[in-house]
Amino acid sequence: MPKKINVLNHVLVPQHIVLSREDAIKILKKMGIKKKELPWILASDPAARAVGAKPGDVIMIIRESPTAGKSITFRYVMPG
Amino acid sequence: MTESIAPEELWSLVESYYDVLPEKLRKELYEKILESRLSRKEAIEVIEEAVRRYRASLVDPGEAVGMVAAQSIGEPSTQMTLRTFHYAGVRELNVTLGLPRLIEIVDARKSPSTPIMEIYVTSEIAKDPEKVLEIARKIELTTIENITKSATIDYIESAIILELDPEMMENRGVTIRDVVKAINRIKGKRGRVEVMEENTIVFYTGIEDIPRLKRMYDRVFGLRIRGIKGIKHAIVKPVRDQEGNIIEYMIMTEGSNLQAVLAVEGVDASRTLTNNIVEIMEVLGIEAARSAIIREIKRVLDEHGLDVDIRHIMMVADAMTMTGRVRQVGRHGVAGEKSSVLARAAFEVTIKHLVDATVRGEIDELKGVIENVLIGSKPIPVGTGAVKLRMKYEFPVVEE
Repeated sequence: MPKKINVLNHVLVPQHIVLSREDAIKILKKMGIKKKELPWILASDPAARAVGAKPGDVIMIIRESPTAGKSITFRYVMPG
Repeated sequence: MTESIAPEELWSLVESYYDVLPEKLRKELYEKILESRLSRKEAIEVIEEAVRRYRASLVDPGEAVGMVAAQSIGEPSTQMTLRTFHYAGVRELNVTLGLPRLIEIVDARKSPSTPIMEIYVTSEIAKDPEKVLEIARKIELTTIENITKSATIDYIESAIILELDPEMMENRGVTIRDVVKAINRIKGKRGRVEVMEENTIVFYTGIEDIPRLKRMYDRVFGLRIRGIKGIKHAIVKPVRDQEGNIIEYMIMTEGSNLQAVLAVEGVDASRTLTNNIVEIMEVLGIEAARSAIIREIKRVLDEHGLDVDIRHIMMVADAMTMTGRVRQVGRHGVAGEKSSVLARAAFEVTIKHLVDATVRGEIDELKGVIENVLIGSKPIPVGTGAVKLRMKYEFPVVEE
């Protein structure tokens, strides 16, 4: 049996969370930008696939930051 | 003296700044205030002062952060020795560091000049050097070339005669049976393998055509007996804590193949690393690539004792991973053809760019910095110039 790898468990991969439509809209409104103005993540990205993100979704990423402790960013899922 | 603030109250007080202060600052505030036994009033004052200073130290909108990052990394980099190699704790492995490595990272090359993997094994076997060595052997690529002392072609019998090196075979844990099995994979219908006396294998290819026989000869050499493609060498290395006690054993490799190594039984897929950033992007995703870029740049700078604020490095990594793939920072900035004709013309081959743009009927929106400096418009679109002002003007009523 081939070993199953979960990329989300890797030390280099921060926590990825797919946002609901409502949450995404709320956050974009707060920042005053459009979806596509966020940094992108490809739909074929291994981490995006692992959390089951579809093109058009917004993923919330919670990074461990050496300067801020925890830092939250968002990426827009691009088809590709 | 007034009573010092209760921990629970202080915590909720500090946490009420959730949207303003980053986690690390809130934690530090909480700990420091508690330690100095401040009263409620003092605590509020301290927190408010912290918020004020935090806000004052934020980067202003429109600040040219990329420019500042470029200068902050560029200046110390000039002090690096041009070409340095570093031995990664083990004599046999060397790693490119210093300026060449820095350029390599920022260039987003497909593979680094010295690909290295740090492979950790699962905790059950990490303390047993024998078992770790076993995995290392399984990973290390062994080809027929690695274990052959000499090889000749017998044109009359159209055979390839291999004399194997028993010492090398012992070293890499390979038996003659493995070699025969490997050759059997490519021998074809008319081929036949015979094991002669000690350590000699004769491979009757059944190919009479001489150029084809020669090609087969080369193919036999590169034949994989075991291991993972790309892993040229694997060494077991102890990991020590500060006191020098061995905590566990890990494997360092020359060459890299993250996807395949992670799938190996016994390898800890959550800690195993490579210095090939593009590979990390493909296997673990863009966020992992971002962390890897920061880690690798930091390592190079630390190695030379250069103190660059990590925020600048994070800036570079963010810019490189903006589009969901790793883009290089080249001569034209982060992966890019500039949209402005004038900006491109200002850089190099001026006339060609201008002529081409004319032929295509391009329009310059004058949105960037370079073109605005070029035409001499007063506020260039950076910092204060990045905002446009609108004024509500009430016309004075003129009395007749």
